[in-house]
Amino acid sequence: MAVDDGLKSELQKAGVFITSVEGIYNWGRRSSVWPLQFGLACCAIEMISAACSRFDLARFGAEVFRPSPRQADLMIVAGTVTKKMAPQVVRLYNQMPEPKYVIAMGACSISGGPFKQGYNVLKGIDRYIPVDVHIPGCPPRPEALLNALMFLQRKIDNEHLTGINRVRWYDDTDPADFAVPSFGAHDLEPACNRAVWQPDKIKRGVA
Amino acid sequence: MKSELLTQNFPQITWDEPSKSFVVPHMDLLDVVDFLRSHPDFNMDYVSNVAGVDWLPRKEKVKGADGKEVEIEKPGYLEAVYHFYSIKKKHGPVILRCRTDGRENAMLPSITPFFRGAEFQEREIYDLYGIRFSGHPDLRRILMWDEFQDHPMRKDYREPDDYQWEPTPHDDVLEKAKMHYAEAG
Repeated sequence: MAVDDGLKSELQKAGVFITSVEGIYNWGRRSSVWPLQFGLACCAIEMISAACSRFDLARFGAEVFRPSPRQADLMIVAGTVTKKMAPQVVRLYNQMPEPKYVIAMGACSISGGPFKQGYNVLKGIDRYIPVDVHIPGCPPRPEALLNALMFLQRKIDNEHLTGINRVRWYDDTDPADFAVPSFGAHDLEPACNRAVWQPDKIKRGVA
Repeated sequence: MKSELLTQNFPQITWDEPSKSFVVPHMDLLDVVDFLRSHPDFNMDYVSNVAGVDWLPRKEKVKGADGKEVEIEKPGYLEAVYHFYSIKKKHGPVILRCRTDGRENAMLPSITPFFRGAEFQEREIYDLYGIRFSGHPDLRRILMWDEFQDHPMRKDYREPDDYQWEPTPHDDVLEKAKMHYAEAG
């Protein structure tokens, strides 16, 4: 429930701050999104650059890169996810406590990028885990990562704790764990998690 | 460095001019490598590269005994290419090519006992081409996972069909994309 802005302002003058539980939850979450310190390829260099002084991720409260998934809120999938690495990425995501968010950074992690026709690269991490923000680019510049983080903050601001639109982790029927693929004889098994991702149904005029 | 010295000592190896390399029968590979390493004129102390090549079976036209052109079937084989340098004598490379008997159950002797630097390169060839190196101390896959069964750099390898669509398909990708048009409706 939103608080009337005029009333809020009047009360503030009297030294009384009021807000909704949802508002303060979301404010806290978006103001300290701690990413997992986890780079896979050249996008990680841009991610490091975004965290350093020139671009300064700290301005958005996200400078505390955590070395453990148990302390992280945000997974930045920065780089090429090979099929050999994919089960470990999903496992790390499962180990993060909720609420948790994912930014897929760069062409490789959103679709396989230049390695799409190959045999050893996963064609997008959204085949196994839910992705909140996709950043195109090869690699994306640090500004793009900052933009993605601001986009994610706006998304967190609009989350609901209750009701039909409540976030996934307050819904008991939604699974908390995502299936970790296993190494098969020719490919990962399964090749995608159908509960998370469906292939695009694209119609073509000329077949 | 006298390359003739090699062919004099090993008459069974042949010089291939287009690729500037020696073609060595696989039963003689270890002797040749040992000779290159220990002979004072060569003193090859560094193997810079071991690479794999896949040669599919192919048809070739040759002139028969009666002067007519006949088509013969050439069997396929796998090949390992070795580049040797001498850091001590500052010369090289000496390039050796070693061919397997066929594309199935391909075996070559491992040069890792002589050159430790070849260990990972031979593992990579085993992983991607499927040549098994006898005498290798630790022959496992190095890039793909252990459960993987294919050899992806072979020319007849078919990768799993795991991408859903292409914005601008052409050639092989178009053929593959067409199979998905039916399910897309």
